[in-house]
Amino acid sequence: MTPLTSYLLVAALLFSIGLAGALTRRNAILVLIGIELMLNAANLNLIAFWRYGPHPELLTGMMFAIFSIAVAAAEAAVGLGLVIQIHRHAKTTDLDQMNRMKG
Amino acid sequence: MSFVSYILAALTVAGGLAAMLLKNTVHCALALTVAFAGLALLFLNLDAQFAGFAQILVYIGAVAILVVFAILLTRGSETPRDGVFSKSWPLGLVIAAGVFAVLGWAAIGSARVLPHETAAPTVTVLQIGNALVSRYVLPLEIVAVLLTAAMIGAVIVAMHEKEGQK
Repeated sequence: MTPLTSYLLVAALLFSIGLAGALTRRNAILVLIGIELMLNAANLNLIAFWRYGPHPELLTGMMFAIFSIAVAAAEAAVGLGLVIQIHRHAKTTDLDQMNRMKG
Repeated sequence: MSFVSYILAALTVAGGLAAMLLKNTVHCALALTVAFAGLALLFLNLDAQFAGFAQILVYIGAVAILVVFAILLTRGSETPRDGVFSKSWPLGLVIAAGVFAVLGWAAIGSARVLPHETAAPTVTVLQIGNALVSRYVLPLEIVAVLLTAAMIGAVIVAMHEKEGQK
C-alpha cells in the first residue's frame, strides 16, 4: 500500500467517525465537533495530496488546507454562537427536543 | 507510511472515536483536542510545517477552547437521562459505514494510479507568504472578509437580548 493510500484511508475513517457522531449525537455542540472532525479529515486529504502530488512547489493543496482551516474557524465561531443563543432561548441543547421552527 | 505515522494515525482516530463516544461532553472536548493534536503531528510528518502549526494554533488554541466555553455556558456537561445518542442512531451509523465503505473502496481502487513516494518538498514559510500575497491574494482577502463577518455575526448572534427589546 502506498503512503498516500494509507493517509486517504485514515482520512476516510476520520471522516466517517465525524459523520457518525454528527448523525447520532443528541447534543448540538457534539454535532459541531463531528463536523469539525469531518473538515479536518478533508484537510488531511488535501495535505497528503499536496505532499505526494506531482508539483508540491506550487503549494496548491497547502493553500487549500490553510484556507479551509480559516473557514472552519469561522464556522465554529458562528455555530457555537448559535448553540449558545438556542440554549438561552429553548433551555436545551438536545437536538431531539428542538423540533419547532417557530420559537 | 512510516511507523511514526501509523502511531500518529492511531492516536488521531482514537481521539476522534473518543470524542464521538464518550458520555461526558467535557471529556469529548478533551478527546477532540487529542485528535486535533494528532492531526497537527500528521501534518508535520507530511512535511507541511506551516499547516501543522496553523492547525495547532487555530484548532487546539482557538476552536477547542471555544468548544469548552460553549459546553460550560450551556451546561452541556450534564449527561442527559435518556442517553447521549439520538433515537435514530442505527440509521446514522449505517450511513456513516456506507460512506466509509465508498471512500475506502475509492482510495484502495485508485491506489494503482496514485503517485508513489516522492522526495520531501522543501517549502519555506517565505514561499508560502509570497504565494499568499501574489497568486492567492484574492482568496486571502475573501477569507479576511469572511472572518470579519463571521466574528461580527457570532458576537451579534450570541449577544444578550435586553428585556423588552425582543
